[in-house]
Amino acid sequence: MKIVVLIKAVPDTADERILDPQTYRVDREEGDQIIDEITERALELALSVKDRDKTTEVIVATMGPAHAIKAIRKALSMGADSGIHVLDDSLIGADLVLTAATLAAALRDLGAELIIAGNESTDGRAGMLPAMLSEHLGLPLLGSLTTAEMSAQGISGQRQSEAGTQEVTATYPAIITVTERFAEARFPNFKGILGAKRKPVATKSAAELGAGAQSLTTVAQILPRPARSAGAKIIDDGQGADELITFLTARHLI
Amino acid sequence: MFELTEEQQAITEMVSDFATEHIAPQAAAWDRDHHFPIDVLAEAGSLGMGGIYVREEFGGSGMSRLDAALIFEELAKADPTIAAYISIHNMVVWMIDKFGNDEQRAVWVPQLCTMDMLGSYCLTEPGVGSDAAALSTRAVRDGDFYVLNGTKQFISGAGSSGLYLVMARTADTGSAGITAFLVPDGTPGLSFGALEAKMGWNAQPTRQVVMENLRIPVGNRLGEEGTGFGIAMRGLNGGRVNIGACSIGGGQAALDKSIAYLKEREAFGKPLIAQQSLLFAIADMETELETARTMIWRAADALERGTADTVRLCAMAKRVATDAGFNAANTALQLHGGYGYLSEYGIEKIVRDLRVHQILEGSNEIMRLVIGRLAVEK
Repeated sequence: MKIVVLIKAVPDTADERILDPQTYRVDREEGDQIIDEITERALELALSVKDRDKTTEVIVATMGPAHAIKAIRKALSMGADSGIHVLDDSLIGADLVLTAATLAAALRDLGAELIIAGNESTDGRAGMLPAMLSEHLGLPLLGSLTTAEMSAQGISGQRQSEAGTQEVTATYPAIITVTERFAEARFPNFKGILGAKRKPVATKSAAELGAGAQSLTTVAQILPRPARSAGAKIIDDGQGADELITFLTARHLI
Repeated sequence: MFELTEEQQAITEMVSDFATEHIAPQAAAWDRDHHFPIDVLAEAGSLGMGGIYVREEFGGSGMSRLDAALIFEELAKADPTIAAYISIHNMVVWMIDKFGNDEQRAVWVPQLCTMDMLGSYCLTEPGVGSDAAALSTRAVRDGDFYVLNGTKQFISGAGSSGLYLVMARTADTGSAGITAFLVPDGTPGLSFGALEAKMGWNAQPTRQVVMENLRIPVGNRLGEEGTGFGIAMRGLNGGRVNIGACSIGGGQAALDKSIAYLKEREAFGKPLIAQQSLLFAIADMETELETARTMIWRAADALERGTADTVRLCAMAKRVATDAGFNAANTALQLHGGYGYLSEYGIEKIVRDLRVHQILEGSNEIMRLVIGRLAVEK
């Protein structure tokens, strides 16, 4: 089975993340760039399939600036077989429409049975890309899964919504997205780290892919998050519990 | 030499992530409960830390001595005790891979590299420490067997290890009469003393290893008769670099904690870091650790290339790094004031753990003896 995992290099959520006031974009040069936590879980799922069946081929794909190669190398050191890096200055600041069309062009002819992505990234958090990709590629999408079972015929899993739990299934080829409910990613071992450099990474330019799309959205304005204001303090002079209940009830928290 | 390669950066990052997630959060509890975390050691083994500079043929990671130093520093930032045990284990595996025959390597190296089996190094005896050539544990040939009698002291991992690398006397010819043996756990005649109560290093067991009419096949002899002392000394060169790296890691962790504390803690109307005398203390810790690190890297490089001054550089690196690490930790305790003395802040544990690094793998006095003799003989 051939599995493509979409990974994304994002600013570490442990660091302060900065929106550039000039470009309105996430500052991707400052601080550590790491593999997005949820896409790392997507990779772990693919690698666990490979653990069980060594014939599985795992390809990681990302679109991002030059330093995104570090995220690809890390994925290769963890056990992925090869990488695809969509790298082009014309794609800096690409919106979802352009990103989805470009990634679709990069993945279209790979012949993957399964594409695994995270349900949303920790930086952009739009959560739309996999759905747009499924539209471009004409593949079924099982989104925001909490479990996944793979068989020879197809894939099934559970997704949770506010209304309840859905059991969903699809035959290959298909796209799934995973949530934080999936297992944490493994550490790369020393052999993996030392071997990562020998694994192939294909770099694709926008022209090569010929997606022919352009960004349709622009950011009009960015505003800093307002400073946190002090909350109400309840001093218990015998009525504390009652006041607390009133406070929580008013906000429908109890 | 002074800039790490991309791979070395990736290795350091991985070990740091592993140590931060799987070792650091539990280090205080392991110290308090005297718990030897063999499950976490096996995880470290699965990542390649059981045989870092052991050849790949039988499962080693095939990496360099400098790689090892970087790895031990990162591990020690989370817990010097665990890092130091892994260092001892690596020394044992390396000795078997380096001096063992193919049969011995094929049997022992794979399971030791994964750390599914642990190794202990048995040189010191109750009455013999620094003067290792005077050791008295005896191995007497009896047909296809050797019969071992004697007691080994301060043995890390004793009681938990699967394999004991024992130095014993096969002839009364001083250092030339010492031979190395592989003693598997469970061999009749092998027993262990009580768990030693110690100042630090509580997350690894230290016991006596006692051998009474212990019979092992001749095939368990590592190298030829009389080569044991050379094997011991060759192993200790690496052990010295590794334990030095562990001290730097511990010292660095203490320094990092101190900087954070001095920035946050206010006295006399401003953060403590604004007091120049305290800033100078930080500068000295930083400088001494970096000096020691440079020395460790140089010794690791000499060891890797097998240069003529390896013994001298390893002895210097061990002396400098274990002193710098302990001094940094001890200064950090002072900088933390009363809080440094409380277990909760994690500083006093580093002080307790690093203190023994100045004593073992050849005490720092023995390091001076080695360095001094070589200086005078030139």
